[in-house]
Amino acid sequence: MKSSTATGVEDVCRKFGNDRTRMMDIVIAVQRRFGCVSTEAMELIARACGTQRVEVESVVTFYAFLSVKPQGRVVIRLCNDIIDWMKGYQDVADAMAKELGVTMGETTADGAITLTHTACIGMSDQAPAALVNDVVVTQLTPERAREVVRDLRRHLDPSQLVTMVGDGHNAHPLVRSMVRNNIRHRGPVHFAEFESGSALRRALARPPEAVVKDIKDSRLRGRGGAGFPAGVKWELARHAPGERRWVVCNADEGEPGTFKDRVLLTERAHQMVEGMTIAGYAIGSDAGIIYLRGEYRYLLAYLEAVLDERRRAGLLGRDILDTPGFHFDIRIQLGAGAYICGEETALISSCEGLRGDPKNRPPFPVEKGYLDLPTIVNNVETYCCVSRILLQGAAWFAAMGTARTTGTKVLSIAGDCRKPGVYEVPFGITPDELLEMAEADNPGAMLIGGPCRQMIGPGRFSGRICYDDLATGGAIMIFNRARNQLEIAEHYLDFFIEESCGHCTPCRVGLIQLKRLVHKVVHGAGEPADLQAMRDLSRFIAQMSRCGLGQTAPNPVLGALDGFPALYEGLVAERKPGLLSTFDLASAVVDAERRVGRQSQYV
Amino acid sequence: MQFVLDGKTITATPGQTILKAAEAAGVYIPRLCAYKDLIPHGSCRVCSVRVNGRIQAACVQTVSSGAIVEHDTEELREFRRDVIDLLFVEGNHYCMFCEKSGLCELQALAYRFGITAPKYPLLNPKRDIDMSHPDVYLDHNRCILCGRCVRVSQDLDHKNVFQFVNRGLEKRLQVNGEALAATDLRVTDEVVASCPVGALMKKRVGYAVPVGDRPFDAQPIGADIESGKGGVA
Repeated sequence: MKSSTATGVEDVCRKFGNDRTRMMDIVIAVQRRFGCVSTEAMELIARACGTQRVEVESVVTFYAFLSVKPQGRVVIRLCNDIIDWMKGYQDVADAMAKELGVTMGETTADGAITLTHTACIGMSDQAPAALVNDVVVTQLTPERAREVVRDLRRHLDPSQLVTMVGDGHNAHPLVRSMVRNNIRHRGPVHFAEFESGSALRRALARPPEAVVKDIKDSRLRGRGGAGFPAGVKWELARHAPGERRWVVCNADEGEPGTFKDRVLLTERAHQMVEGMTIAGYAIGSDAGIIYLRGEYRYLLAYLEAVLDERRRAGLLGRDILDTPGFHFDIRIQLGAGAYICGEETALISSCEGLRGDPKNRPPFPVEKGYLDLPTIVNNVETYCCVSRILLQGAAWFAAMGTARTTGTKVLSIAGDCRKPGVYEVPFGITPDELLEMAEADNPGAMLIGGPCRQMIGPGRFSGRICYDDLATGGAIMIFNRARNQLEIAEHYLDFFIEESCGHCTPCRVGLIQLKRLVHKVVHGAGEPADLQAMRDLSRFIAQMSRCGLGQTAPNPVLGALDGFPALYEGLVAERKPGLLSTFDLASAVVDAERRVGRQSQYV
Repeated sequence: MQFVLDGKTITATPGQTILKAAEAAGVYIPRLCAYKDLIPHGSCRVCSVRVNGRIQAACVQTVSSGAIVEHDTEELREFRRDVIDLLFVEGNHYCMFCEKSGLCELQALAYRFGITAPKYPLLNPKRDIDMSHPDVYLDHNRCILCGRCVRVSQDLDHKNVFQFVNRGLEKRLQVNGEALAATDLRVTDEVVASCPVGALMKKRVGYAVPVGDRPFDAQPIGADIESGKGGVA
């Protein structure tokens, strides 16, 4: 007789057509049902999908939310981004660990609850926050953390933790989350009224080439951060040879400090899906995928309902809005905790049921993307812009912003300020203006665009937010003068080390060596030559890495070196002759210190 | 079509990679993860060159007409040295008593680049050795994650013995089963010979050719390409 695992796993595989390319859906479903993807389950999946166990294992072990070993029925993932640290992460973590009687990363003896940490979950405006299975809990305090644990102990049902719901669609019966949107400034592109179907009707009244031209004329640049002209991308995909074309929406915003797409997904799902549909019409595609980060699973049912509603209204499906021959539908692909999947080729790998390794380029996705077919990947905000451009016209859009960066930008602002939240502002706005709007307290530095971008000091607060000056995908983090830039840089190095896919040598090994150097300097064991070594290694990693992660990962270190040189210089001193500069005495004696229970004294 | 490599005009066929085109012209671009005609992996980055100002992996990047490619510059030599160095310190590489010495491409590159001691601190990872198979063993200490075995097993042996698991620094090679013995690997499979380092090794033949008489003891890696006699990879 078959074990219940066998029947369960086979059911899951069958539900996804025993299709190897749907591996992500399969392993996520198995994980949910059995709490892990065991070796037995991997064998069964491999057999059902006609692949090898090691191929399944390769996928499962790549994603942070999947596990080969059993986890607790409830997994508490406490967000450990820098903003959460600033708002009391350590006290919350200690309180939870104590209440559970475990250390970070462990499961309670009865196998009920696992406590672990995770990278930014997109809640920086209400930190410290945690994911309890799929349920988001926000604004934790040690007291609240103890309550959460006590409640969970009683019912092991994370949904019961939601005792009040947030604003807007967070209160929707299919969302019911305590997340708040904190929309502080509403601009004309994203937060003006939007009537479903209105933009699509305008698009369908024109030939597809004219729609591509509209997007080109608007000079819309991709809102993910790289700023590639959307219209050019569409045109390339439209003309690339292929039997089918794909429209992919990158809803994997994982850049620490970013949460604006979460708000758009909650409040502007129709506008976004409509933008995707318009893209489908423009490039000649009949199928789209929304890649939703695992951290936003709490929005999945709602987004599915939006798609269903649009199918019923004739806005998705066959012969859309009675346009003969225009068919377009969308599926949602869930991620499972991997920052790198925000990189478009890694995202495509993940959609194909593979590890989220970025692919070699060329070929670019517009030529060979999802399943080797021409594919455009744009993010949530970009598709929302598309709908508005079709409604209001390219010229209207291009009149906003700066000459080379048109339109508005949705920014997520968090950190040391009184009004963290989402702001839709025209491109060209200055950090000074943002600081005033957000009511910042004694600002000393700003991270414009997350750790992969740049940390700026007051000297650049009068610059402009646009692709030619201060480029950003949407994360703005404010640090007051009391914060230590070097600690922030070291924290983000840890983040990149954890999130590197490990494919290429410079990123996989270079970052850990950079971290060692920074750690040594931050802890007072560095010498002047180490600062140059940090620069050299940073340059090496940035230039030699294969994808954007490695190419930008040294930025926090370089930003701190360039923007706050006195900080580093104050920490280094010439060593006594004879000391090996690569030898870190402090870390070498950690073991011995622990054994004797005291700190060493050395100079 | 033609492109310029270090100031010299080179003729290439459309779709050819920079690595292959250079090789055909007798220019050796160092490489580790590239192997024969397999789909390139682009992971080791040893073959990095500057193409129209931007650093690209020569094994992946196809030639474009009129491209300006820089290869043998001080900067790139330094970067490549760093890559080789980082691979040495990432694993546990004991050249002085490794039976692959003189046949190992990582060691040979270190010779070629004049690396005598690591520049970066050793990571000294704790890694396993899988001795379960009767004829072959897998020493993770010496694995450089080049992925040759993954691709050769799939594309040339038409098996699926190897794959990568985990990510980042935790990334490692995994076999399709409890251990190597539980896979369908045979000592005659091409994959066994494809490992550039001493990670995947045949048992009982380690010193059939004495150290000192081995290919890279006699001449530097790449010398065959530079003398127009074709490459090892």
